[in-house]
Amino acid sequence: MSEEEKPKSPAEANGPEGAAEASERSAESAVEALSTEAAPASGPAAAPEAAPEAPVRRKETDEEKAARRKAALEAREAAKAAAAQAAAKPAPAAGGDAPAADAPPPPPPSPNQPRLDRAVQLLRERVAEDAVLEASINEPNGHLPTIVVKPERWYACAQLFRTHPELGINYLRNVAGVDHETHMEVVYHLLSMDSGHVYAVKVRTDRERPSVPSVTPIWPTANWNEREIYDLLGIDFPGHPDLRRIMMPDDWVGHPLRKDYAPLDPEV
Amino acid sequence: MIRTEELLLNVGPQHPSTHGVFRIIVKLDGEIITEATPVMGYLHRGTEKLAENLNYTQIIPYTDRMDYVSAMTNNYVLVHAVEKMMGLEVPERAEFLRLIVMELQRVASHLVWWGTYLLDIGALSPFLYAFNDRERILQLFNELCGARLTYNYMRVGGVKWDAPEGWIDKVKDFVRSMYGRLEEYDDLVSGNEIFLSRIKGIGAYDAETAIAYGLSGANLRSTGVKWDLRKNEPYSLYDRFEFDVPVGQNGDCYDRYLVRMAEIRQSLRILEQALEQFPEGGETMGKVPRVIRPPAGEIYVRIESPRGEIGCYIVSKGKAEPYRLKFRRPSFVNLQILPKLLVGESMTNLVTILGGIDIVLGEVDC
Amino acid sequence: MEFDLTKISPEDVQELERNVFIGSIESLKGWVRSNSLWPLTFGLACCAIEMMAAGAPHYDLDRFGVMFRTSPRQADVMIVSGTVTKKMGPLLRRLYDQMPEPKWVIAMGSCATAGGPYVKSYSVIKGVDQIVPVDVYIPGCPPNPAALIYGINKLQEKIRYEARTGKRVTNA
Repeated sequence: MSEEEKPKSPAEANGPEGAAEASERSAESAVEALSTEAAPASGPAAAPEAAPEAPVRRKETDEEKAARRKAALEAREAAKAAAAQAAAKPAPAAGGDAPAADAPPPPPPSPNQPRLDRAVQLLRERVAEDAVLEASINEPNGHLPTIVVKPERWYACAQLFRTHPELGINYLRNVAGVDHETHMEVVYHLLSMDSGHVYAVKVRTDRERPSVPSVTPIWPTANWNEREIYDLLGIDFPGHPDLRRIMMPDDWVGHPLRKDYAPLDPEV
Repeated sequence: MIRTEELLLNVGPQHPSTHGVFRIIVKLDGEIITEATPVMGYLHRGTEKLAENLNYTQIIPYTDRMDYVSAMTNNYVLVHAVEKMMGLEVPERAEFLRLIVMELQRVASHLVWWGTYLLDIGALSPFLYAFNDRERILQLFNELCGARLTYNYMRVGGVKWDAPEGWIDKVKDFVRSMYGRLEEYDDLVSGNEIFLSRIKGIGAYDAETAIAYGLSGANLRSTGVKWDLRKNEPYSLYDRFEFDVPVGQNGDCYDRYLVRMAEIRQSLRILEQALEQFPEGGETMGKVPRVIRPPAGEIYVRIESPRGEIGCYIVSKGKAEPYRLKFRRPSFVNLQILPKLLVGESMTNLVTILGGIDIVLGEVDC
Repeated sequence: MEFDLTKISPEDVQELERNVFIGSIESLKGWVRSNSLWPLTFGLACCAIEMMAAGAPHYDLDRFGVMFRTSPRQADVMIVSGTVTKKMGPLLRRLYDQMPEPKWVIAMGSCATAGGPYVKSYSVIKGVDQIVPVDVYIPGCPPNPAALIYGINKLQEKIRYEARTGKRVTNA
């Protein structure tokens, strides 16, 4: 355990502040607290003040009271609640092996931390030193070890994931493409059916010319998933045996799931 | 040896045995399929894009329409993901109700599959039996939430409607009588010689292939892999109940059939226990903020739908709408193995194999 | 044999009035057609499951002479049961063209009527009436089988009315 304690120390430093902030905010007003309770968790990236543009806002005293009670409860149980919130923080300072468990005073070390460290270590040793860009634990998601991999190294990493006896990822659960407006991201959810271990691997790629190596030769599951991402997001998968549109007609223009997609045809 | 000409045959999208608008182009050498190319997207409705402009409660009805044969499990995967993200507690009564409707839905979904599958391979009357019994489940759902097919029943933090008076007893009655009906089904079909010769040893694959292709649900379990998310990665209250995970051996259509039939029995078993333990009173909605706004972050949750592992991947930026919502649809993933299975089979087995995978096109195309 | 109308007894007149109907051949055709509507088995989406349920024992469409045919060549009603996407649109039109005259179209559910919940989607046609002429619209998402039966009854009424009067119910 001591080896994981070490890298966490910088994170610990700003932990208490975050918790204090959380309890402070929750004391304000129910609405405010609710809209900003994510604030300390989401870090500087999400500006909470810009948030109140919610669709329907009818005031109901009952629910408001309930909400206030909840906020108070959360403040009291800061240890528990803040832990869950803090985990949403996408490891801003993670220069490499620094895990993201940004927890308040009683820091619950993630049970999956050793597994994440081991996986990162393996990837660094067997694939390349620069293969892993970030590594973190996604705590609300059942302490999911999340690794960000360099696109050029992804194929080799995937092969290691598949073949290494310690990892033994034989089941590719899900492939999701996300348009982050600044970059594209492909998220792989991996599962080892023998050990029950799960990992999430993200591959970030340029938005203008998105390209991620295909893992269809390793996991056949990826085949249609990659085609779907190619179709809807326009990410190229070099190495894919049959990269065609799957959902839209072949002559469709544009990639609908992109954030800046504008339909070409007149609405029928 | 007879030389035959190569023939391209188009099946679908309007074909009674494709269960919707699925199309497959097969290359035939005589009667033997040499190549199969599935074409889909005829029901692609852009759910994921629409969801990016809707808040979480508004997305729930869209999940109903994705896998419309098992809408309740789809409801659950979304609300479960949001609850997990926000760390919400669900009252026990609500969780019980969810579990009960999900298991009823599993029975209903398998009944639809049973009826239509046999219809596909030539037996008309099982369809009538199955839909008659399914109708009773739909009546129960109708009483509970006022809809027969697209329920929009679950909410983040609980369920929309409490069980009306006497509803639990009606479900108990249904469960009791369903056991007898299943025996009748088995007498009617499961040992039928013609039926067996149509499906035994057809479309077989081994466990390794199944895992490599990411199959889930009965498609995976028919190969002998004991993998059920209700057991392996328990969610809801499934760890409280006793039930078995039926598995097959050969991974052929017949084993898939047997696994699904056994699953109906296991669902009834879970239902029996859940109805016994159903809490007397209590809330059906937990403490939920007025505007559902999960903290920034992402989550992937998965549950066992009647068709396999249905997953929901949400990327939230702290807004009331998801930044990206992606569903891992079991039908879509399971269907990938189809071209591989079809090669070398005779044309008559196409519907047998396709039906055995149990797809819902709304889910394949999303 | 000579047939003298003046010699018919009052009993015979009564008998004749009970058993002989006089009408146009058109209304006879309308009556026959309306009682043997054969829809095409054409399931598109969620509504198709309710359409199946309507054909199943509990609702039993067969008692209205409605029997599903799997080929467009044998069908005279197309029940568009579900969302029509832009990819499906041309195929739907082709199936409609393959059906022999006379033919009718029922738009079942809000998607087929006007796009329904998917009205803002990039890939969905907002109403099947942009591709084929529709006779009956059935609202609902999905419509109850009883609603489908009501829609079919309305179509039967329409067929008989048009045959009897020679007028069109709608201008479309």
